[in-house]
Parts: sequence; structure tokens; C-alpha cells
Amino acid sequence: MSSQAVGHLALLPLYAAAGTAILALLADLVTGRRAVIAGATLLGTLATAAAALVAVSADPTFCATGGCSWIPSWPAATTAVLFAGLTAGVLAFSLPALRLGIAPAGEFCFLLACSMTGGVTVAYAGDLITLIVGLETLTLPLYVLVGLRRFAPGERVTTAGASASVTFFLVSVVSTAVALLGVALNYAATGAVHLASLGPGPGPFAQLAGVGAALLVIGLAFKVAAVPLHAWAPATYDGAPVPVAAYLSTASKLGGVLALAAVVSRLDTRAVVVVLAVLTMTIGNLVALRQTRMVRLLAWSSVAQAGYILAALAPGEPGVAAALVYAAFFVVLELIAFGAVVALRLPGADGGEIADYRGAGRRKPWLGAALVLAFAGLAGLPPGLAGLFAKVSVVDALVDAGWIWLAGVVVLNAVIALAYYVRVSATLYTLPARIGISVTDPVLLDEAVHPSLPVPRAVAVALAGAVAVAVVLGFAPQVLFDAFS
Amino acid sequence: MTLTTTADSWSFLLAVILGVPALGAVVVALLPASRDRQARIVATVFAAVTFLLTIAPVFFRDRAGGWSAFGDVPQLIPWVNLDLPWVPALGLDFHLGVDAVSYPLIVLTGLLTLLCCAYTVKKVPEAGAGRTLAALLLVLEVGVLGTFLALDLILFFVFFEVVLLPMFAVIAGWGGPDRRRAARKFVLYTLAGSVLLLLGVIIVVSRAGTGDLIVLTGSPPLSRGTQCLVFALLAVAFAVKAPLWPLHTWLPDAHTEAPTVGSVILAGVLLKMGTYGLIRVGVGVAPDGAAWAAPVLGVLAVVAILAGSLICLRQRELKRLIAYSSVGHMGFVLLGIATLTVTGIQAALIGNVAHGLITGLLFFLVGTIKDRTGTGSIDQLSGLREQAPRLAGLLGFAAVASLGLPGLAGFWGEAFAVVAAVQAGGPFWLTCAALAAVGGALTAAYFLRLLRRVTHGPATPVVRAMRPSIAAAEWFAWAPLVLLTLVVGLAPALILSGTALPIVDLLGGSR
Repeated sequence: MSSQAVGHLALLPLYAAAGTAILALLADLVTGRRAVIAGATLLGTLATAAAALVAVSADPTFCATGGCSWIPSWPAATTAVLFAGLTAGVLAFSLPALRLGIAPAGEFCFLLACSMTGGVTVAYAGDLITLIVGLETLTLPLYVLVGLRRFAPGERVTTAGASASVTFFLVSVVSTAVALLGVALNYAATGAVHLASLGPGPGPFAQLAGVGAALLVIGLAFKVAAVPLHAWAPATYDGAPVPVAAYLSTASKLGGVLALAAVVSRLDTRAVVVVLAVLTMTIGNLVALRQTRMVRLLAWSSVAQAGYILAALAPGEPGVAAALVYAAFFVVLELIAFGAVVALRLPGADGGEIADYRGAGRRKPWLGAALVLAFAGLAGLPPGLAGLFAKVSVVDALVDAGWIWLAGVVVLNAVIALAYYVRVSATLYTLPARIGISVTDPVLLDEAVHPSLPVPRAVAVALAGAVAVAVVLGFAPQVLFDAFS
Repeated sequence: MTLTTTADSWSFLLAVILGVPALGAVVVALLPASRDRQARIVATVFAAVTFLLTIAPVFFRDRAGGWSAFGDVPQLIPWVNLDLPWVPALGLDFHLGVDAVSYPLIVLTGLLTLLCCAYTVKKVPEAGAGRTLAALLLVLEVGVLGTFLALDLILFFVFFEVVLLPMFAVIAGWGGPDRRRAARKFVLYTLAGSVLLLLGVIIVVSRAGTGDLIVLTGSPPLSRGTQCLVFALLAVAFAVKAPLWPLHTWLPDAHTEAPTVGSVILAGVLLKMGTYGLIRVGVGVAPDGAAWAAPVLGVLAVVAILAGSLICLRQRELKRLIAYSSVGHMGFVLLGIATLTVTGIQAALIGNVAHGLITGLLFFLVGTIKDRTGTGSIDQLSGLREQAPRLAGLLGFAAVASLGLPGLAGFWGEAFAVVAAVQAGGPFWLTCAALAAVGGALTAAYFLRLLRRVTHGPATPVVRAMRPSIAAAEWFAWAPLVLLTLVVGLAPALILSGTALPIVDLLGGSR
């Protein structure tokens, strides 16, 4: 094999993302000022998104016999833009906490940008090795980010973040090992690592290749927290800082979905995916019904949402576009939900109990409206039109592929899910609880004990941006369908 | 054979009909809390403009006159037609149209929303801001009008879903003491229905390759098996919304807890989405499936009529009584549809409109009585005639109209549903007709019982303490309903003229 020609134009998004990480590190080293570091990282995410759009029609690169390892395309560019946007959003949500010194800004931005680099790699990956390396690059910095928390002198030190981090780390390492074993078995049977040449194994090796494919899907299913491989997610989300939980639930999950989509569209893994899908959406929704903590509820709902995506992937290739469209709508709505939670809480605080949000929508109408929009979208109902079209596209894909029963399971799960989404949404607008002593105006008292804190500007801007994207995509979903088809 | 993009400038009227209340909702919601009363007046102005716009399509009805030109192919021909692409990937067009079947319901929606908004200017239930309630009423109007206007299956579904959360918010935000539970029950029941609608609609679009109702109506390119599956899904979906026994159990709770305007909108127009959907989408898209399921629908409709009446005879709560009477009335509407005859579906259409007018009025009156006396229990109400003769008179009028007195709006729908069942012939339909007629007699019995208990007899302390006069806003809200009940009763042709041909077309031209 001769030496490969490297198409630098195609690699531009990767360069931009990796450059962002290095820039964050250098900015920390040279200036040490939080504003400069965060500003540089934000610019880097913008550059990454721009690079993805510039390089969309570049030629594939790192080509060998059998296929290419780095393939620019519209779906890849769109997901790279999503990764960049999610990174920028999560960074903005974290700024108030960084300002308080809860986490070191330089390290935080560096790790976040590294994670984005992994996401970009997953989006463009053309072979299984690149895919898994990208996925690991996406996940690895998150182990640290989940546990990265400094405590002020005198503040009670908790180990919740550290234990969440260890849980996440252990499960993730095991899952990667399983996925790699799957890749190895599949390679042994078929000799293919490039996505383009993946396929059933020849003759006697067919079963070995099938086992490899199944193991690969199971390993990747850990990443999207599919039941029964989900147990790490609620504990990790709840222990992590809320913005990092947002990143886990959006970018990290999007990476897992991309990897799964790449695999199931070429290998026949229907049996495994169907079982995972039905279990994931049903159990995710049923357990979410009983949650009393906000982030845990979001975590379980996020598990259930992964089930809908898996359902779309069950028919294989015909469902991939619907799954990616669903994932894109989902990450935007999920980012809004987490962003509203961040804005409603004190900087650096955890998600708290759902009961703590009682009346929050009356005190902060805009944040309440954003959260209701996100919940409505996640439930697949107007005014969350984005979520409605996401659900319609999944059902459409399943019915087109002849999987009407699975579409039935999906829509029935949507009914279960609505029960907890309306419960939380109604809590936001419930009048303050009656207290023992008689008060002339309970609303006034409630306002007195819940002082209205100004929403940090960075959080507000990021949230407004995410809402704007959700609304625009809700009215013009065709943009996404075009990008992913 | 498609009749696509007839996008002359007038057809944008339909988009404007949806746009005005939507804009109104945004404007009203954004007004500051200190301008609450002005906001409610603004909402009423928007509702009034919308009402005038909903009347307008009638001026275009003659343009759709070229019926014979289409020969043997039955085809739905809207008076006004707007067809724009929206999401081609899902086969979703922004396709709106009005014809004789949907027109009366569109006007009814415009009217009832206007009356409710006007009523809200004067009276706001406690617990929430009045302007938010008015904004939600306008959002509901968008959803309901969109459902009646949609000529694309997926668009129909989208609008069908639009009303869900606003109605939940109206009940949960402004309702009675047990509102949270009632609202949750309402939203979960109706979502369960509408996800089945989604499944049915997607199956049709997937199998037929189009969601365009103009193409699908009458002679859809679907196999019989698919039609049966689709009709079963759609029938359950619409039966929850209508509601048809035994899927009605959300209705009494929702009505009992909802604020007055919520009950009026719910009974007056939201339930009609179910029956309209069954006619337009269920029967229109899957006529073979409808024929297959008609006997089941007929039995359920008769059971609904009888069960509704019998429950009403034992009912002690005013709002619950009216709610259960809705179950019975919707039973008549569904019986008309189940016969799959032109007479039956015409009966269903006029029954729909009459029920919207009369039950809307009844909920206004009962809500007022409940607000003023603080109780809805029939046992504690008596002698209304002595304390508030005008209110008692109106209640008597509405009750008599609802029990189907000839000459008032309620008569035509019920009588002709029975007539259609008799015309359908055969022992089965004759039995249905006979049982439905018995149910009609029971309806008379419970409404007369209601009148005897509430308006006659000695006045109870709560009744004696109530304010007897009727405010101007109340007259404004009620007078149109009283008048229209009379007008529709005397001239049913107002609703039915021009419906025969579209219905023949819906039924596949076979009957």
C-alpha cells in the first residue's frame, strides 16, 4: 500500500475542534483569565461549526482498499455543527459555576473541547476503529468533568461527583471492551473494518460475524444508556454538575447514536436492537414516573428517548435518517430542559427535588415557558412542534418498513411519558403550598422566601438561542430531513 | 386526478383564519399583568375578527359548483382550497379547505370562542390570570379550526394535538378543587386516543402514498384489510375524543372541574373534533373499514345513549349531569354515522352543531348557577324560578331544547339518527332505532326531572341568597346561542344545504 494522500480540507473540522482544545489550554497558560479562556473556547466552537459547513463537499480522505476512514457528508457536517453548538451551550451554562471557582476554567474548557473533538471524529468516521477512537475521545474527558468540582473553604465536601465519575468510568470502560471485542470478532470473520465494506460473514463465519455485530451493538448501547445497560446513567447524571449532565445527555448520547446508526445500517442486528428498544422505552418511561428528583427524572426520560431512537434503528438502513432526525430534535430539546434547570437553580447547585420547582414558572415566566416547551417537545406535543415531528418521523419510518407493532409500542410509550411531563410542568405553575400559619397573601410570602435571582446573562443567551433553534426547526423540520437523507 | 395548488389570493383567507387567533394569543400573553382587563378585551377583539373571518368562506361556495364535470369519480371539492408544501419528507402539506361538511363547525367554533372570550372579560375564575386564560382560549381556537380546515391527514393530526396541552392548562389552572386529577385524566385519555390516530394516519399515508384528503376521500387506494385496520385505529381514537361509551370516563370529571368557559369549549367544539374526524377521516378514507365496523359502532352508540340517560337519571351534580347528557347526545351522533347513509350523516352533522349550541348554553347557565350559589348539588338547589325567574327560564329553554323538542335545534339530529337507522332496515338497525328512541324518551325524563328539582319547589337558602340579575356580558354570551338554537330548529336547511353531495362522495358514491 502506498502512502496515503491526506485531504486537509476534509479534516478542517477536526483541526478546528482539536485547535480549540489547545487554544483553551494555551489561553489558560498565558493569561489565566477566565473570560479569555471561555471566549477562546466559544470562538473555537464557532470555528468548528463553520469548518464543518465549509468542508461539507470535500473528498473523503485516508482511503485504502475497502473504503475511506474520514468521509465528509451532509449528515456528518450537520452532526458536527450540533456537537459544536452543544459544546458552546454547555460552556455557557457552566460559566456561572466557573465564575464562582467551582471548577478550574482552563481545565474545564480544555476537556470540553477535547470531548467535542471526539464527537466530530465520530460524525466523520468511515471505519470502526476511527469510530471507537472518536467515541472514546468523546467520553474520556467526561469522566473527569463529571467529578471535577472544587469546594470552597468551609463548604461541606461531598463525594457524589467522584462516585458518579467512578461509576461512569467503570461502566464505560467495560462497554468499550465489549464493543472492541465485537469489532475484533467481526473483523476475524469478514476482514472488514471500513463501514462501507461491512456485511454478513461468508459461509462458516456468518455466525461469528453475527456475534461480533451483536457485541458491538451491545457495547455501543451502553453509551446511549439503553436498558438493561442503563444503570449508570441516572446515578452519573445526578452526581455530575447539571451542565455536564446536560452534555452527557445530549452530545455523549448523540455520539452513541451516530455509532449505532453506522453499525446497524450495514449489519443485521435487528433482533438485538428491537429487544433493546422495547425495553429501553418502556422501562425508562415507567421508572421516570416515580422520580422525585429533577435530574433523575430527566435522566430516565433521556433513557426512554434513547429507546425511541433505537426503535427507529430497528429496521436497519431505512430507519437511520429518522433516528438521526429524532436525535437532532431530541438534543436541542434536552439542552433547553437542562438549561432551564440550570437557570432556575443557584450557580453550582444540583438539580434538586421536583418539589423545589413548585411555582417556579409563576416567578420566572420565561424560564417556565422554556421548560414547558422542552417538556412538550419531549412528549411529542405542540407547542413543541420539533418533538412532534420527531415522533412522527420515527412512526413513519417504522410503518414504512412494515414494523407497525413496534410503532404501536412507541406511541403507547408516548402516553406513559406524558404523565410525568405534565406532572412536572403543572408543578411549575402550582400555587405555593399552604403553611400552618394564616397568611393574607401566600403568593407574597412565597416571593419573599424565594428571592428572584437574576439569570446569568450567558445562560440566558444560550437558552434563548436553543429555544430559537427549537422553534425554527419546529416550523421548518424539512431542513433537518434534507440534511440527514 | 388531483386538484392541487389552487392558490389564488382568496385561498389565503384560510391561513388568515388560523393566523389571527394565533397572533392574538401571542399578543395577549405578552401584555403585562397590570393590563389584565385590557388584555382580555384585546382577546375578545381578536376572537371577533376571527368569527367574522370564519363566516366568509360561504361567499365562495358557488365556485365549487362544477360537480358533474368530474363525472363518476367522487371527489371532495372544497369551496376554498389552500395547498402549500410544508414537510415533504413526511408527506405533510399545509392543505386547508372548507366545504359544506366542515363549514358549520368552523362558524360554531368562531362563535363559541368569541362568546367565551367576551364572558372572560367580565368573569375570570380565581386561581389564575385572566389574560392567560383568554390566550389559551385563542390557542384552542387555532387547534380546533385547524382540525376542521385540514385536508391533509398529517396536518389534521398536528392540529388535533394542538388542543391537548392548552385544554389541560385550562382545566388544571382555572378549575375546581379536584382539577389536577381531572386534567391529568383528560390529557392522558385524549393522548392515548390521538397516538392511535397518529398510527392510523401514518399507515394510510404510507400505504396510499399521499395524505391528501381530496385524493383519498371516497375511493382510497387501500386494500380492505388495511382499511379495516385503519378504521379500527381511527374509530378508537375518535371515540375517545367524542367520547363514545365505554371510553367516556374522562369527560364527567373534566367537565365537573373545568371552569365555565372551559366546559363550554370542551363540550361545544372539542368533542366535535371526534365526530367530525370520524366522518371526514374515518368514513372518508376507509369506507370499507367503516362498513365492516358499522354494527359495532351502532351497538356502542345505542349503549351510550341508554347508559348516558340512565346515569343522568341518578345524577345529583349539575355539571356532571350535563356532561353525561353529552355522552347520550354524542351517542345519537355516532348512531347517525354508523348507519353510513346520507340521512344518518346529515343527522350527525346537525346533531353536532345543535349539541354545540345547546350544551354550550347549558354549561354557561349551570356554571353561573354554580358560581353564584357555590354548589352544584341538585339536592341543595330548588326554587330557582322564584328567586331568579330569567335564569330559570333560560335553563328551562336549554333543557327543553336539549331533550329534543321539535322546533328547536336538538330535535333534528336525534330524530333523524333514528330515522336513518330505520331506513337502513333489517332487524339489527330496527332494534338500534327502537332502543335509541327509548333513550330519547329517557333524555326527556331526566331533563324534566332536572327542571322539576332545580327550578320548581320551595327556594333553598343558597338559592335565596343568590344574585338574580343577569349581567350584560352574560346576556351577550347567551343570547346568540338562544337565537341560533331557535333558528337552526326552525330552518335546519341552514346547516344541511349543500351537504348531500359531499356526503355521497364521502361514502364512496355507493349509497
